[in-house]
Amino acid sequence: MAIKTKTKMSMTRQLISSRLGREVSAGEIVMVGVDMVLGNDITSPVAIKEFESHGFKNVFDKNKIALVLDHFVPCKDILSANQCKIVREFASRQGIKHFFDAGDMGIEHALLPEKGIVKSGDIVIGADSHTCTYGALGAFSTGVGSTDMAFGMATGKVWLKVPEAVCFVLKGKPKKWVGGKDVILHILGEITVSGALYKSMEFCGEGLRSLSMDDRFTIANMAIEAGAKNGIFETDEITSAYESERNNPTFPLFAPEVSAYGKVYEIDLSEIEFMVSAPHSPDNAFPVNEISGVKVDQCVIGSCTNGRISDLAAAAEILSGKKVHPGTRTIIIPATQDIYLEALKKGYIETFIQAGCVVSTPTCGPCLGGHMGVLADGEKAIATTNRNFLGRMGHPGSEVYLSGPAVAASSAIAGEIVSPLEAV
Amino acid sequence: MIITGRAFIYGDNIDTDVIIPARYLNSFDPQILARHAMADFDADFASKAKERGILVAGFNFGCGSSREHAPIALLGSGIKCVIAKSFARIFFRNAINIGLVIIESEKAAERAADGDSMTIDTQKGVIKNLSKGEEYPLLPFPPFLQKIIDSGGLLKMAAADEKLKKAGGGNE
Repeated sequence: MAIKTKTKMSMTRQLISSRLGREVSAGEIVMVGVDMVLGNDITSPVAIKEFESHGFKNVFDKNKIALVLDHFVPCKDILSANQCKIVREFASRQGIKHFFDAGDMGIEHALLPEKGIVKSGDIVIGADSHTCTYGALGAFSTGVGSTDMAFGMATGKVWLKVPEAVCFVLKGKPKKWVGGKDVILHILGEITVSGALYKSMEFCGEGLRSLSMDDRFTIANMAIEAGAKNGIFETDEITSAYESERNNPTFPLFAPEVSAYGKVYEIDLSEIEFMVSAPHSPDNAFPVNEISGVKVDQCVIGSCTNGRISDLAAAAEILSGKKVHPGTRTIIIPATQDIYLEALKKGYIETFIQAGCVVSTPTCGPCLGGHMGVLADGEKAIATTNRNFLGRMGHPGSEVYLSGPAVAASSAIAGEIVSPLEAV
Repeated sequence: MIITGRAFIYGDNIDTDVIIPARYLNSFDPQILARHAMADFDADFASKAKERGILVAGFNFGCGSSREHAPIALLGSGIKCVIAKSFARIFFRNAINIGLVIIESEKAAERAADGDSMTIDTQKGVIKNLSKGEEYPLLPFPPFLQKIIDSGGLLKMAAADEKLKKAGGGNE
């Protein structure tokens, strides 16, 4: 691993500066080349229409565009099927290398890192707000709209305002089953949904050593929930182990001294409790004991936030030999086909089915009230997803509580929100 | 550009799931989206958008998802502009990129009451609340963003710029 840099620049500024070959300042608007442009079945059709109606013929690089049909797929209705068709035909016409359809599709933000399509040091834009997930690898990665995606596909560039940065220095080791989700919900409770508006959330400190890549993906994934432009992690041995399995080199990225940041938060991971965010905002976060007893009609374990193998492992450990509460429909969605297969081999899928859960093919589905678990008026759900806005999972009169997989699985057994320490 | 209308007021953190619920994202037709804009949140949105035209909101307007369907739905609703204390960043860039007029002014948003008559002169850089007899400065956008707005959107700008049109992923 390279020697720590002496720079005063935030990690995000380091990446943009190294790409442009000059030192950029926070607040400056720059045009920068991108390594990957991502879109899904909801955002890509809009981008494709914009791209073609403005007279663009060919994408800038067919190897640097990823199109993933994951939100309403397998298609839930005719309109969704029409949208997928637009993307499928465009991918075929343009010869897009990284096109994923039902069968090899996974939830985009679990899929791209897993396939090694995004890596540390990259600059990535995606027409999906949770594109900030790849910051876990030490990439600059940010969500944009469909027009930005079209512009990126046409020119290979994005316009950016270089963000100011806030620093999160992590120390200590989390308790058993406390994971990345609890860390980020704790942070959201502290800084609120606009606590990092337009800023970069940068994670460093010795506490990183006890956060797996899955934990880091979960944390970076929800940086957008604080209004952040991106979340970004230092790279270390855990990053390189993940990247070398995918034959990718690891970009040496280190946070500057904390004095370089305008705002610094110190977080002791050992003090973080199991967290739950109550309706209707991800920052409405409480330790589970302050919220326990809420009856839940549905439990969802999955999504780009918590549908990875370690999430399913935690859920399986808790559900093993148990039955979910008869009043709590429990839907488990492995985020990719590889995760699904690994869960199958490890016996987790059998555990889930024996416990009375539904197991679904990868899809964003219920997270955004699309399909595979839409809520009725007055129903409540506990979900490992990322947003609990009004009407997010279905009827505007329904409610979503957000948690990590251990709290969700325990609550599925109890039929009401409980701490894993009580359920097991 | 001179915009006139009457204000209708929303609070802080209006998210994109409220602006256009995900169940309607199986279409990107502005007229279809407009029919459902804000529907779960304010049943009278469609008539307010047409009759009053000026949506005034608090902090972090448009937070949440990247869906461009949100500013598209607002454009389709016939709304003239959104004034907010602050905007969420993806919504902000989407609005600039597609030509929805957005105005960030803490003072104008703070002072506006439901039904106030307002005029915005983007050339002169002034927001007037005629009902209150007050004026607030309209801060100019950075030159690059103004160029996008003047071009009629990001892709129109790119299509008209030979250098950008031929770009193959290089920088600046």
